[in-house]
Amino acid sequence: MSYRDAIHDALQGNGADYCEIRIEETASTRLVYRGKGLEDAVQSSGRGGNVRACVRGGWGFVSFNNLEGLKARVKQAVAQARAVGGEGTKLAEVEPNVRTVKPRIVNDPRVVPLAEKKRRMDHYNGLLLSTPQVQSINSVYAEGSRHVFFGNSDGAYMDQEFIHVTCRLAAQAKRDNDIQEAGFSIGSLGDFALLDGLDDEVKAVGQRAVDLLSARPLKGGERTVILNPVLAGVFIHEAFGHLSEGDNVAEDKKLQEIMVMGRKFGGKHLNVTDGAAMPGLRGSFAFDDEGTPATKTPLIREGVLVGRLHSRETAAMLGEKPTGNARAVGYNFPPIVRMTNTVIENDKAKFEDLIADVKEGVYVRGWYGGMTQHEMFTFSSGEAHMVRNGKIAEMVRPVMLSGNLFTTLENIDAIGNDIGMNEGGGCGKSGQSPLPVSLGSPHIRIRKCLISGA
Amino acid sequence: MSEELLKAATRKYGQAEVYRVEGESVPVTFEANKLKELSAREASGVALRVINKGRIGFTSTTNADDEAGLVARAGAVSEFGADAKFSFPKQATVQDLDVFDPRVEKVTRARMIDTGRDLIERLREKWPEMLCEGRVGRSTGRMNIWNSSGVEYSYQETGYYIYLGGKLIRGTDMLNLWQGHSSAGWFGKKETDGILDRLLQQLEYCRNIAPAPVGDVPVIFTPRGLAAALLDPLLAGFNGKNIADGASPLIGKEGTKVLDDRISISDDPTVPMASGSRPCDDEGVPSRKVVLMEKGVAGGGYFDLQSAGRAGRKTTGSAHRSLTAPPGPGTSLIDIAPGGTPYGDLFAGIKSGLVVEELLGAGQGNVLGGEFRASVSLGYRIENGVITGRVKDTMISGNVYKALAQVEAVSDKAEWVFGSMRAPAIRCRGVEVATKGG
Repeated sequence: MSYRDAIHDALQGNGADYCEIRIEETASTRLVYRGKGLEDAVQSSGRGGNVRACVRGGWGFVSFNNLEGLKARVKQAVAQARAVGGEGTKLAEVEPNVRTVKPRIVNDPRVVPLAEKKRRMDHYNGLLLSTPQVQSINSVYAEGSRHVFFGNSDGAYMDQEFIHVTCRLAAQAKRDNDIQEAGFSIGSLGDFALLDGLDDEVKAVGQRAVDLLSARPLKGGERTVILNPVLAGVFIHEAFGHLSEGDNVAEDKKLQEIMVMGRKFGGKHLNVTDGAAMPGLRGSFAFDDEGTPATKTPLIREGVLVGRLHSRETAAMLGEKPTGNARAVGYNFPPIVRMTNTVIENDKAKFEDLIADVKEGVYVRGWYGGMTQHEMFTFSSGEAHMVRNGKIAEMVRPVMLSGNLFTTLENIDAIGNDIGMNEGGGCGKSGQSPLPVSLGSPHIRIRKCLISGA
Repeated sequence: MSEELLKAATRKYGQAEVYRVEGESVPVTFEANKLKELSAREASGVALRVINKGRIGFTSTTNADDEAGLVARAGAVSEFGADAKFSFPKQATVQDLDVFDPRVEKVTRARMIDTGRDLIERLREKWPEMLCEGRVGRSTGRMNIWNSSGVEYSYQETGYYIYLGGKLIRGTDMLNLWQGHSSAGWFGKKETDGILDRLLQQLEYCRNIAPAPVGDVPVIFTPRGLAAALLDPLLAGFNGKNIADGASPLIGKEGTKVLDDRISISDDPTVPMASGSRPCDDEGVPSRKVVLMEKGVAGGGYFDLQSAGRAGRKTTGSAHRSLTAPPGPGTSLIDIAPGGTPYGDLFAGIKSGLVVEELLGAGQGNVLGGEFRASVSLGYRIENGVITGRVKDTMISGNVYKALAQVEAVSDKAEWVFGSMRAPAIRCRGVEVATKGG
């Protein structure tokens, strides 16, 4: 029996207010490099599914690898949902689409032999290791496909497939006890050509790891910082994106007052958008994991809060429209409200304008990680340079930037015109990680940003 | 099925290992002060690792229909795999260890729901404006390992856990707090109430907001703060992979004094009924206590088979793995020895200082070099020997090898941190504190 028929049959007469079944088939390849060479080569496959049911607002969730007895799993999930109960099921209406969505494939990584993947990675890692003073590498090639078969009790059915390729290339340089790492991460939806032509960038990264050994650490404190597109993308994801997720707000009256539509968060030049309907990016899809069509959601327009991200439930709770942001990392998790592709839109400033009138500041590039907890956020740069009297000056150790949503967005005083996307990251929330997302922004400048030294 | 897989792979490649896990977890979840979701999560799968012509081939699946193809796939991957620096071990005597508690299997959902509801009610009695979240759950699992050298071992384990937290919003100030405990065995009122008591204590400390201290002031890391800030950069130096790579700053330091006398740290997977304890590691090697640091003197690190082979050492029974990746060296239960100072006395004589409880964004930066830097998501100001409130917009940075060489006092009791680590509170110097406006 096809998955579609199995899902359809199992959902019959389920007795819940809402019920859905999601079955996934996965395959992945990983090449992990560390030290002087390859550490692990791995190929894995997987299959599993889940049933999620809602009764009077209470949820039941059952996940499994053995797909036999789907009907019994439905029964189990519905019984659990019933035991939770509540005041009533609130789910925004979504037209029940029936669609098969072809995956985005530009250069299919799955047909590239493992030997070729390894040859490419060997080459780049060899370049890193050939840099004098580079002691070791810390690189990963990862490729994963996720084929999702989804049906719900409204009559929706989707068959969607995603093929993700990500690559991190990083070098570590060592002098005495000092170890410095420099690297970069890239990713694509269905395009192995991602690994083409990286020689120059790889060589530069190797050299940067070495240069970091002689760079001085900065003293912590408040400074003017200019963020490159990669880091500004991480910034908007961490600083603002997570608080715009409807599940944080839906049952929190106080947070609703804070995140009230129309509240001013920044200057007129600040425009922020999230949406899986931006095509061809790692956070792009046609339907989310509840079967809601992808959209593009304006979050901030001219500095003012105008929207937020929703699942069907959070949309209904707040009386807003569903935005197609309910996502799960895999079959063993229920969908929760997540970002997709999040961007700060272009303004007018050229990069030179951003640094021209900076007497002393820090130009921070690249990305090492980031986290957020409500209004507090923190993220690390991959590299940093001093800016003095309008010019890029010496390299310093990478810094960690930290702040508070309510002041930092306001402190963005200039936004560039050179938007760039960062496809190399993944997002984590509630134990679900890494979720493919993309982040984008032009160069931005933040006044009085708290940084900590190395 | 597993035996056939092992036989087929051994016939073909000479050396092989089959790792099979199955488990179920049953959590009840609370959101916005209410019961939100009941779930049941089953997971099972198998991994095959072979050594073929001296190279490692690794593959895994959670799809039973794919198992027949694993032998061929492991061989194909091995063509490109890393050089094996080990042979699969022979069966050794594995000591019995209590990690299975039949009471856990009998904890009903109704009881878990009552436990969660009761905790949330009691918390909100004192702090009605708190928006609570929680999770109470139990799990059962079985680990099986077979290899071509004769290892054939299997054990069953249980787990029980409670996490309780929530947020408190005042104006645009948001406070987020979490506490929890986990164990292989069921635990009762004492540990459960302990979760609530610690949360209430934190809430009390957070009543006021205090300006952060600036510069190199005395810093007290609570057991949790220690886990958040110092553990990762410290353990990175003992990790067998980093030692094998020549990247650990502790290479060549074994047997020499690198930290203060009062710092002793071990990894002990043989504590009965502790979360993370196990009779053998994920390669079938019997578990044992591994001393990492004894009175400030560095030990030799922790290894799995491959990292030990690469570093010219012996495995310490420290292999950890998930289903989908080959094993690597890891720790199970970090035990940091208590010192001699009563907790309250740690504060004595501090004119201006900081207590670190929780960090945001730790693990970024040069962890391998011992560096730490993060935002303080939960920390308190010390003024004239007492806590005067919670600090905001504050970051700390430093190097664990420098900070733990400047220890001023270690508290006389080790406490559980989420059931997976035991540690005292440590007061030290050498931590830079930065804050907004500072």
